[in-house]
Amino acid sequence: MTAGFGIVPRMEPTTDSNNAAAVQVRGLAKYYGETRALDGVDLDVAEGTVMGVLGPNGAGKTTLVRILSTLVRPDAGRAVVAGWDVERQPYRLRHEIGLTGQYASVDELLSGYENLYLIGRLLDLNARGARRRAEELLERFSLTDAAGRPTRTYSGGMRRRLDLAASMIGRPRVLFLDEPTTGLDPRTRNEVWAEVRAMVDEGSTVLLTTQYMEEAEQLASDLTVFDHGKVIAAGGVETLKRQVGGQSLTIRPAQGAQLDAMIRCLAERGLAAVPDGAGGLTVPAVDEAQLTAVVAALGTSGLGIAALETRLPSLDEVFLAITGEQSTVPAAVPAPTSLESVA
Amino acid sequence: MTTLAAPALAAPAVPAGDNRTSLRASLHHIGALTRRNLMRMKADPESLLDALFMPILFTVLFVYVFGGAVAGNSHNYIQYMIPGMFGQIGLSLAMAVGTGLNTDFTTGVMDRFRTMPIARSSVLIAKLLAESCRSAVSLVVLVLFAMCLGLRIHTSPVNVLATLGLALAFGTGMVWVSMLLGMAMPNPQAVQGVGMLIIVPLQFGSSTFAPVHSMPGWLQAFTSVNPLSALADASRALINGGPVLHPALLALAWSVGLTVVFAPLAVARFRKRT
Repeated sequence: MTAGFGIVPRMEPTTDSNNAAAVQVRGLAKYYGETRALDGVDLDVAEGTVMGVLGPNGAGKTTLVRILSTLVRPDAGRAVVAGWDVERQPYRLRHEIGLTGQYASVDELLSGYENLYLIGRLLDLNARGARRRAEELLERFSLTDAAGRPTRTYSGGMRRRLDLAASMIGRPRVLFLDEPTTGLDPRTRNEVWAEVRAMVDEGSTVLLTTQYMEEAEQLASDLTVFDHGKVIAAGGVETLKRQVGGQSLTIRPAQGAQLDAMIRCLAERGLAAVPDGAGGLTVPAVDEAQLTAVVAALGTSGLGIAALETRLPSLDEVFLAITGEQSTVPAAVPAPTSLESVA
Repeated sequence: MTTLAAPALAAPAVPAGDNRTSLRASLHHIGALTRRNLMRMKADPESLLDALFMPILFTVLFVYVFGGAVAGNSHNYIQYMIPGMFGQIGLSLAMAVGTGLNTDFTTGVMDRFRTMPIARSSVLIAKLLAESCRSAVSLVVLVLFAMCLGLRIHTSPVNVLATLGLALAFGTGMVWVSMLLGMAMPNPQAVQGVGMLIIVPLQFGSSTFAPVHSMPGWLQAFTSVNPLSALADASRALINGGPVLHPALLALAWSVGLTVVFAPLAVARFRKRT
C-alpha cells in the first residue's frame, strides 16, 4: 500500500484539506472492460485557481472531466464539485459547472446567437435575460458580427470561442476545459488563453486538460500529470518544472566554425553543451543563474552569438524526467501497466 | 487502492438529496428545446421537403400507377388508399424521432444538454413535439391534395380526428422502437437504413396499398397480424364507413404491446447513455 503510494511524488500539497476546495477527487476509478481509464486518482483544485491536467492521449484526462461534469459515472471513488457529489447530487452540481469539450458542442444549424439564447433559457433565464446574456457574451468573445450566421459557417476558432461563451452563460463556479486549444492556430490559441484568464479573474475555478506543457505553464498554477489513468506527478508549476529540469538553451554561433570552441568554453565552466545537429548547440536544463553565466562566458571569450533560444521541456521530456526518476526507486515501481500487457 | 489515507472529503453543504427540476421549469425547458428543433428544420429546409412532397409523390404514384389495376379506377383507389396512408404518418413521425435523437448524440450537443440542470426527458419530449409539427404539415398536405384529387369524407369530421388519434397512438408505440434504434446505431444514416428495413415490409406487406385477398397464404398470414393492416382497415372504416371496432382494437393492442416491450428498453438505454 505505502509502496504503491510512493510512486506519486506529491511534492507540495495543492490545498489544505480544511480549505474549501472547488474540486475534490479521491480514489476515482473508471474501467472500460480491461482498460483502466482512471485508476485511483486523487486530486484537489482550490477555489479560484487553475489546475492543469497534463498527459498524453489516453491518459484518462477526458474521462476525469466527463466524470466531474456528470456525463459518466465512476466505478469507484468519490468526487465533489462545488460542494456537490457527482453521483448523488448531479442536478445541484450542474447548476455550478460549465464544460467545453474537445469537440465544440454547439448546434451547427443554429446561429451563434440562437445557441447562446437556448442555453440561457435552459438555465432558467427569462427571455429578456437570455437575450441580454447572449449579446453580452457574443460581444465579449468578438462574435457579434457573426451572431446571426449558422455556426457551421464559423471557423474552428470562432466555434471554440462560441463553445466557451456557452459554458459561461450560467456564470459557473467551476469550469472544465477539455483540451480547449487543440487544433487551433497560435493566434486563436492566445485569444482562448486570454479568455480563460479573464474567467479566473472573475472568480471561476478552472480545471483544464492539455497535452501542451506551454499551455499549462501559461494558465495553470498547479499541475497534475496523468499517465495510464494514474497521477504520476502533482504540484505547483514551478516545483514540477524544477523537477523536470527547467528550460533548455539553444545557441547558434555567429560563425559556424566556432561551434567547437563554444562547446569547449562552456565545458570549462561545467556546462555540458552538445551539438544539436543543426549547426548550433544545446545546453539541457539550465536555470536562470546558469543562463546568465553562459551569456557572460561567451561574451568575454569573444565568441559571437547569432541566435539564442530558451525552451520549456516538451511533454515528452516531462514524462522522461518523471518516469526516469521513478525507475531509480527500487521496489516502489510496479510493472508498467501498458494496454498491450493487460489486453 | 481506494482506501488510501487521503483526507476525507468535506461534507456537502446540504447533507443529501438532489433537487429535481420543477414541472414549471421543465415546461419552459421543453418549450426552449422544441423551439430549437423547429429552428433546425427552418435552417435546413431540405429536411422539410420530404414532409411536403412525399405524401404528394406517394399519392400520385399509387393512385395513377396502380389505382386502375387494383381498384378498377383511380377514384375508387383514392378512397381505398388515402385513409391507410393516414395511419402511416405516425410511423414516419416515430422514425424521424430516432434519427433526430441519433444526430444529437453524434454531435456534441447532447453532452452540453446533459451537463445542464434540466430533466433528461425534456430533450425527448421536445424532439417528439417538433417532429409532430412536421407530421402535421405532412398530414395537411396529404388531406388537401387527396381532396383535390377527389377524396370524399363519407362520415364526419369527428371520424377524421379519430383516424388521426389512432395514427398517433400507433406512432407512440413505434417511437420507442425508433428511440432504441436511434441510440443503438452509430450514425443517422444507419438509423434511417435500418428503419427502412423495418418500415418497408410493414408498409407493403399490409392492406394499405392493395387488398390482401390476392396475396399468397404465407403473406396473408403476415398481413393479418401486421399492425399497419389493422391501422389501414380501421382508418378506411372510419372515413368510408364500416366495422371499426375490431381493427381499431387490434391497432391499439399493438401500440400498447410495443410500448410495454420497448419503452423500458429505450428508457434504460437512454439513462445509460445520459
